[in-house]
Amino acid sequence: MALPKVLGIETEYGIVVRGGDNNPVSSSSMLINAYVSATARERGRIGWDFEDEHPANDARGFSLDDGLAPEIETTLVNAVLTNGARYYVDHAHPEISLPEVTTAREAVVWDRAAEEIIRASMDYARAQLDDGSEIVVYKNNSDGKGNSYGCHENYLVDRALPFGRLASQITPHFVTRQVFCGSGKVGCELPGRPPDDVAFQLSQRADFFEEEIGLETTLKRPIVNTRDEPHADAQKYRRLHVIVGDANMSEVATYLKVGTTAIVLSMIEDNELGDDLELGNPVPAIRQVSHDPSLRQTVMLRDGRRATALEIQWGLLERAQKYERSHGLAAVGEAIGADVLARWERVLTGLEQDPTSVAGWVDWVAKQRLVEGYAQRHDVRPGAPRLKAIDLQYHDLRADRCLARRAGLEQLVDQDEVVDAMTHPPTTTRAYFRGRCLEKFPDDIVAANWDSLVFDVGRDPLRRVPMMEPLRGTADHVATLIDTSETAGELLDRLGEPSNGATA
Amino acid sequence: MAERTHKSKSTSDRPQDEVEATAPVTETGDKLKAELDDLLDEIDEVLETNAEDFVKSYVQKGGQ
Repeated sequence: MALPKVLGIETEYGIVVRGGDNNPVSSSSMLINAYVSATARERGRIGWDFEDEHPANDARGFSLDDGLAPEIETTLVNAVLTNGARYYVDHAHPEISLPEVTTAREAVVWDRAAEEIIRASMDYARAQLDDGSEIVVYKNNSDGKGNSYGCHENYLVDRALPFGRLASQITPHFVTRQVFCGSGKVGCELPGRPPDDVAFQLSQRADFFEEEIGLETTLKRPIVNTRDEPHADAQKYRRLHVIVGDANMSEVATYLKVGTTAIVLSMIEDNELGDDLELGNPVPAIRQVSHDPSLRQTVMLRDGRRATALEIQWGLLERAQKYERSHGLAAVGEAIGADVLARWERVLTGLEQDPTSVAGWVDWVAKQRLVEGYAQRHDVRPGAPRLKAIDLQYHDLRADRCLARRAGLEQLVDQDEVVDAMTHPPTTTRAYFRGRCLEKFPDDIVAANWDSLVFDVGRDPLRRVPMMEPLRGTADHVATLIDTSETAGELLDRLGEPSNGATA
Repeated sequence: MAERTHKSKSTSDRPQDEVEATAPVTETGDKLKAELDDLLDEIDEVLETNAEDFVKSYVQKGGQ
């Protein structure tokens, strides 16, 4: 049976300084420091522990040890939050990696919480800047000038699943899911093509993918990324690191992006998907699908047939519905999984009949409606700067400027739940242990990362608590233990008792 | 796919519903248009005043 789909989202945000020195590294640091210093007592001193970071390991079974290996920047701001997230500077962008969750709905809650954390950070930073300048953050993936930054997803998969089959079978979904989870873009960023060659396209990211499979994340980006860094027991697990998606403003789009992908991965793990939807040429196909808001063009399948992106999505949905009947959806949560399937069917039906009927769910449709409505009202030519400004400002995270907030997008989760998730971890994964310990014993934790916490309780050498099992350390396992431990030392002693077991 | 084997909700399943649906769809269409008009009014208010400069100055370093 498919493994429970523990998952997470990491978003690199766009950042600009208005009316001041526009250095993205220092402004990102300032943004994060403003938040951390305003919200935590001593927490600024809890650093990220890099011992487990191996971004050069390749899932195809080798390791890059030369100068091409992705670098880890260890000197920049790097904070761990009480909600279990990591908030740091990555490649000149502020980035938030969500705590591990188990369902698409939880992913939406903590993704929305991350937006609120950014919004609060902008407010704290504004209060500190005395020269009238302002740091503004955008939840998008490109600057319209050929520079892209990512919104990655991560899914726990079984190490026993052959990576080659995983890669080839997931590709049709990665190429075509943009019909409902693309964030929309005014213009084109394909090298050698004029920007206004494409008036409007489905995806922020599609122009930047040049390979079918590979280790890179910053150039020659591959549709399937092979980074092999499970942040968990490497004998049992893989973490599929997905770099092909857009950052979504629509909650339903995030929900469907993550929810459908988790289901398709479960089907692949159980070998229930088959090969008949595989594509002839995935790289040209991902661009072609993105460049066709009519959704009518066909792409070639490996066996020579042609299909539209919607037809491929219908094929995936039908197989998923059959899979639900034969295997159930325990791996993604039965109730959430059933809801994802129902919404998946509704979004495909809407896109097929009248895309504007799903403008409350699909970012590119909502954005296209604004862009085309504005162009018509003001008689603006396609490709005009004002239309690109609408595109960018759709993603502006300032509440009084954000156009997505005004676009009539359906809210899937309550604001109270979102605010709570800014400071509280999910209860369903090891993120609970990480977040609760950081909240209760901030002075005793010297370092944290995805699969361990390092304590300094004064009397012994530093104590590392390994968390190699993403589904241990949940509220069910450790809530009482943490609640009833007066000190970190007592918690560590009790964790070592056989009845409690280590969280690992 | 050429043979189009999937369940196409628009065509095969329930064509008889389409006639009945006409009136509500028009109503929804009018409502949507009114909403869009309000939305465009709001965009006129909050859109960056110098769009050209704003778009030109929005430059990011490449990331992952």
